[in-house]
Amino acid sequence: MSTYTLRAKHRRSTLRTLAFLSPWLIGFSVFFAYPLLSTVYFSFMHYDGFKPPAWSGTKNWTYVFEHYPFFWPALRNTLWLVLVMVTLRVAFGLGVGLLITKIKTATGVFRTLFYLPYLAPPVAATMAFAFLLNPGTGPVNSLLEKTGLPAPGWFNDPAWSKPALTLLALWGIGDLMVIFMAALLDVPKEQYEAAELDGATPWQRFRYVTLPNISPIVMFAVVTGVIQTMQYYTQPLIAGKVASGVIQGAGTQFEPGYPDKSTLTLPQLVYNLGFQRFDYGSACVVALVLFALSMAFTALLMRRKGGLIQAGDR
Amino acid sequence: MTQLLDRPLESKAAPSPAQRTAHRRAFLEWIAIHSLGVAAALFFTLPFLFVFLTSLMSDSQALSRDLIPHTWEWDNYRRVFDTPGFLTWWRNTLFYAVLGTALTVVSSIPVAYALAKFRFRGRNLALMLVISMMMLPPQVIIIPMYLFWAKQLDLSGTLWPLIIPMAFGDAFSIFLLRQFLTTIPDEYLDAARVDGCGDLRTLLKVVLPMAKPGIAAVALFQFFYAWNDYFGPQIYASESPGAWTLSYGLESFKGAHHTDWNLTMAATVLVMAPVILVFFFAQKAFVEGVTLTGVKG
Repeated sequence: MSTYTLRAKHRRSTLRTLAFLSPWLIGFSVFFAYPLLSTVYFSFMHYDGFKPPAWSGTKNWTYVFEHYPFFWPALRNTLWLVLVMVTLRVAFGLGVGLLITKIKTATGVFRTLFYLPYLAPPVAATMAFAFLLNPGTGPVNSLLEKTGLPAPGWFNDPAWSKPALTLLALWGIGDLMVIFMAALLDVPKEQYEAAELDGATPWQRFRYVTLPNISPIVMFAVVTGVIQTMQYYTQPLIAGKVASGVIQGAGTQFEPGYPDKSTLTLPQLVYNLGFQRFDYGSACVVALVLFALSMAFTALLMRRKGGLIQAGDR
Repeated sequence: MTQLLDRPLESKAAPSPAQRTAHRRAFLEWIAIHSLGVAAALFFTLPFLFVFLTSLMSDSQALSRDLIPHTWEWDNYRRVFDTPGFLTWWRNTLFYAVLGTALTVVSSIPVAYALAKFRFRGRNLALMLVISMMMLPPQVIIIPMYLFWAKQLDLSGTLWPLIIPMAFGDAFSIFLLRQFLTTIPDEYLDAARVDGCGDLRTLLKVVLPMAKPGIAAVALFQFFYAWNDYFGPQIYASESPGAWTLSYGLESFKGAHHTDWNLTMAATVLVMAPVILVFFFAQKAFVEGVTLTGVKG
């Protein structure tokens, strides 16, 4: 009899768990598992949305890797962004975080001002930077020329478009600043005092006390930065569109990557292939590459001790 | 600093040279740090200022290199509102953001609670899947999703393909809430059970009141997400301007007012302003949320 009630209890608790999880179980199946499998399926199909899908073997794959002119430039840009943008963002975020912990007057005001740009909607922020950095009448180049410094073409120059995007990304450093600030305030005070007694210079204190204490957060910032770079879509797209001067409206076509493919990223390729060239099969190939890269770095994030952490940034 | 100022340089007992150098060093450090702070503040705020100033320039002046308006054209903002569609985009954005946020919060809370407090087989697997979903770029599954909504349910040209999925839990919100709920001590739940509360009642009467800061953070993030979303409206609504949101419409606004940077910047200000206003009202919850997700594993 007792085994019977125990089993009933167990069944009840399973049912309860399923009931609480049910929204997500449906969401997971319909909006994650099914479309993912379907993406794999379509990557082997020729499908333009009108004629029924037809088996095409690995044709889409060879097309994307060997003939699609945007794939390798997009991958190279992603690598550039990972190496330069992510590194600079982490360094700058740490720097601003350090600065804010040292500021003792009007800290709240400074913190709010530093944080605010992070909140600017991406489209609006990119639009603002396209204006600020526009080579003709933009305030930044006006100031640069007044001071006799070279005034680059920013979003209109293939060599400067990614640095301009990096500048935009550094402007919105608020998320990393808050995370680093919290980590820095958590470093035990005694360790600093001990270092000071030992006569450590400020640099030595940073190197041997601060850095070891916050290194997990640095790691976290790097990995989430890489994952965000995989998803980098709105800013490069809008920057390219605005700088190219393409008149927008419903149904207008814009070849992404202006100027000269320098702002192409992988997510833009999915849009370009699927919704501009109506080659759903090849779009799914790029989607799977994107999936593999994102999941590899996510696994890295989860393997960390105490892992299962994620940035506040969307 | 106040210490430095309170202490006159010629104190009764003359300070030793060593003390004096220490003071001077502390003072110089204060100057250095705060100058850096002001420089950084300029970097973060000047873009806003230039955008705002340009939004008030006359049409012809906006084409010049001037930084400060000669005449202050507040009328520019009325012209933006008079642009066909602008109010519709505004309404659509609010609809998407408010309804989407409400659905997300309601559907994510029970899931997060189960992941935080129930013990069951496969819990870690479920959590890992939630994290994988959270890290998934939306473009990965967009082709089948688009075919599903557009070809099978005929809902393209509306925002429903973006809103309906939010009724089935959002991975990021589930994860953030779960992180928050694990910090609630089990004793509270046990006490509620002893008092005869069922699981649902415990969740509603005991857990929810304690989880308010976490819920506020999730709601804010989701609201901002919907407000900022560009890719979603681009996929589903691009062919029907009646369904555009502000983030999507702003870009076409730039297209229509090709050289009128003043109007484009006024529209930009109007897209940024609500988000920043919301932030000022809910600053604490927001910053808490960012820290929570990042640091408190």
